[in-house]
Amino acid sequence: MMRTRAFGRFTVGSLRLMVRGSPAYYAWIGVLLAMIGVGVFAYARQYSDGLIVTALRNPVSWGFYIGNFTFLVGVAAAAVVLVIPAYIYHWKPIKELVILGELLAIAALAMCMLFVLVDMGRPDRLLHIMPFIGTLNVPTSLLAWDVLALNGYFLLNLGVVTYLLVSLFRGREPNKKIFMPLVLLSIPMAVGIHSVTAFIYNGLAGRPYWNAALLAPRFLVSAFCSGPAIMLIVLQILRRTSRIDIKQEAIWKIAELMAYAMFINLFFLGVEVFKEAYSDTHHLKHMRYLFFGLDGKTALVGWAWTSVVTGVAAFVLFLVPRFRKNIVLLNIGCVLIFVSIFIEKGIGLVVPGYTPSVMGEIYEYHPTTIEILVSVGIFGIGALMFTLMSRVAIAVADGKLRLEDG
Amino acid sequence: MSHEPSRRNFLKGATAATALTATGCGSDVLEAFMRERLQELSPERMTKVLARMEKDYSGQFDQEVSVAGTPARDNVLFGYGLDLSRCNGNRLCVHACVEENNQSRATTDGSHNNPIEWITVFQMDKDKGIDLDHADAYYEDETVPAEGKFYFPVQCQQCENPPCVKVCPVKATWAEKDGIVVIDYDWCIGCRCCMSACPYGARSFNWCEPNLPADEVNPKMHVLGNRPRKRGVVEKCTFCIQRTREGLYPACHEACPTGARVFGNLLDPKSEIRQLMDRKRVFVLKAELNTRPKFFYFYG
Repeated sequence: MMRTRAFGRFTVGSLRLMVRGSPAYYAWIGVLLAMIGVGVFAYARQYSDGLIVTALRNPVSWGFYIGNFTFLVGVAAAAVVLVIPAYIYHWKPIKELVILGELLAIAALAMCMLFVLVDMGRPDRLLHIMPFIGTLNVPTSLLAWDVLALNGYFLLNLGVVTYLLVSLFRGREPNKKIFMPLVLLSIPMAVGIHSVTAFIYNGLAGRPYWNAALLAPRFLVSAFCSGPAIMLIVLQILRRTSRIDIKQEAIWKIAELMAYAMFINLFFLGVEVFKEAYSDTHHLKHMRYLFFGLDGKTALVGWAWTSVVTGVAAFVLFLVPRFRKNIVLLNIGCVLIFVSIFIEKGIGLVVPGYTPSVMGEIYEYHPTTIEILVSVGIFGIGALMFTLMSRVAIAVADGKLRLEDG
Repeated sequence: MSHEPSRRNFLKGATAATALTATGCGSDVLEAFMRERLQELSPERMTKVLARMEKDYSGQFDQEVSVAGTPARDNVLFGYGLDLSRCNGNRLCVHACVEENNQSRATTDGSHNNPIEWITVFQMDKDKGIDLDHADAYYEDETVPAEGKFYFPVQCQQCENPPCVKVCPVKATWAEKDGIVVIDYDWCIGCRCCMSACPYGARSFNWCEPNLPADEVNPKMHVLGNRPRKRGVVEKCTFCIQRTREGLYPACHEACPTGARVFGNLLDPKSEIRQLMDRKRVFVLKAELNTRPKFFYFYG
């Protein structure tokens, strides 16, 4: 009885929070719903005609969807890893940081799964790849491993957040002995999901652009640039719109740690460029296609240099303390690094692996409008999930949504 | 068959997509779930499945269709040889393959833009040797061989260590006992991991509904071979499993007018392929990847 009442009150309270808000909140929700609507419309077209409506073809068989998937696995991983510095430096409020990080991870993972779903030729056979229900090809298939890892990570984050919120909702202090071990477990798991995702590409001996041992480390480091960039912006928004007090020192510290990650990321890129360029084997052609084009085919060149320029610019902004402590420059830096990694780990990762193809063909891939709109829709779903979940979570953490005081 | 999406189809798709998103489930999902993986079927179940397929395809193409489930024979391991000195790039193998294996066809007006071919013949420069970077799969010479060129046909290499099988997340593709790598078209989820893994570009995806006119269907089918595929799944050469398991040569072998193709049982010392390997030196494509193909190239 007690449980039902608590659940009922929680549901009603949450719904009330979700539908009531400032004009800015309504505008934001409206934008997200419009994005989702466009995405559903575009996906309906793809569902009826097939993947032929994308620019994907046999030589380039993965593209924008799988690139976005890869990028978002990084976001999911990095969001939770922010707990480490919070723990080490005793940032208050650590509970809130944990909750927000895990909610971001949950939203990112939901988007990951949707991107895989829209990329599937037979979404109606989704059950074939579900753990326990389907026929997962473990231990040999890395995609099968990734399904397990992503689902496990999703459930772990969901469990921790639910525990924290239920405790706070009931007016009890969450037991650190219960949730901290789980949070600490989610850190190696975060590294795990991103490594396994890297291994999907990494293990393909026929694709030299991906078949480099540095791929998984590069994935992790670039995730530690893009994930915190989103968190920094989210934290600043929450600081304005809620009572949660996020210390300025915490924001600066995150920015400083991001500068180190960006340096390592650029260094790793340089290392790979050196190895390929100096050896000058035919493996170099993929990198050459990315940065300069081949045979006059230059679809990726603009993307590639945008990624490099924004990445270097963001690094400079984050490296110089005077710049990163300026809130405007800090936010510009966040946007720049987001753009840089979004390209580097999306189109810039996937497409050159296929170009030239294993048989030397150069097929120029560029996402179609449908691919872009479907992706916009998925990003809309993720952002909506995060907005609604964090709105409820903040109210609970703030003490505005409680079981007792009616 | 025109591929302009009709308004009704579009609405149908939209409704289905909405239903799928809203409920996470649809009748297609349920149906797909009820199906079993072909590799695991008992002989009794297999008989039933084959009968159902025969009935379905006969209705679909308005003619009598047979679907065999002939299993691999003991002590048979198929191998293929290709004489690069004889091949002159006429592509008769490619066309015979398409007719035999029920691939999606191109239309004369170009309205169907996903024709599928399992054999690709690459035109290469004699003065460059075997060099994929300068290979041309789209040559359109009036007569072949063109001056200064030689030809290099590539199809599934039926690897002993197939990277495509390893990466499949749902066990929808596997190597049979006689060495043929096959696909369960009803289990494939269309993730295309196998296409990324294959170093030979041997796998094709059905990016849209295949175009297979009823009057062009080859009604003699094998459940793991040339039965019709649907949209959204991967397909590839099976050494004409529907023919070779009945003791016939693959269609490409029969169609080749230059005698460039050699086929047989690698475990039989008297077979043509073993005789060839005894007399000529052979090589495999991309040997450094340790895929161990059973498709051997040689210079006759």
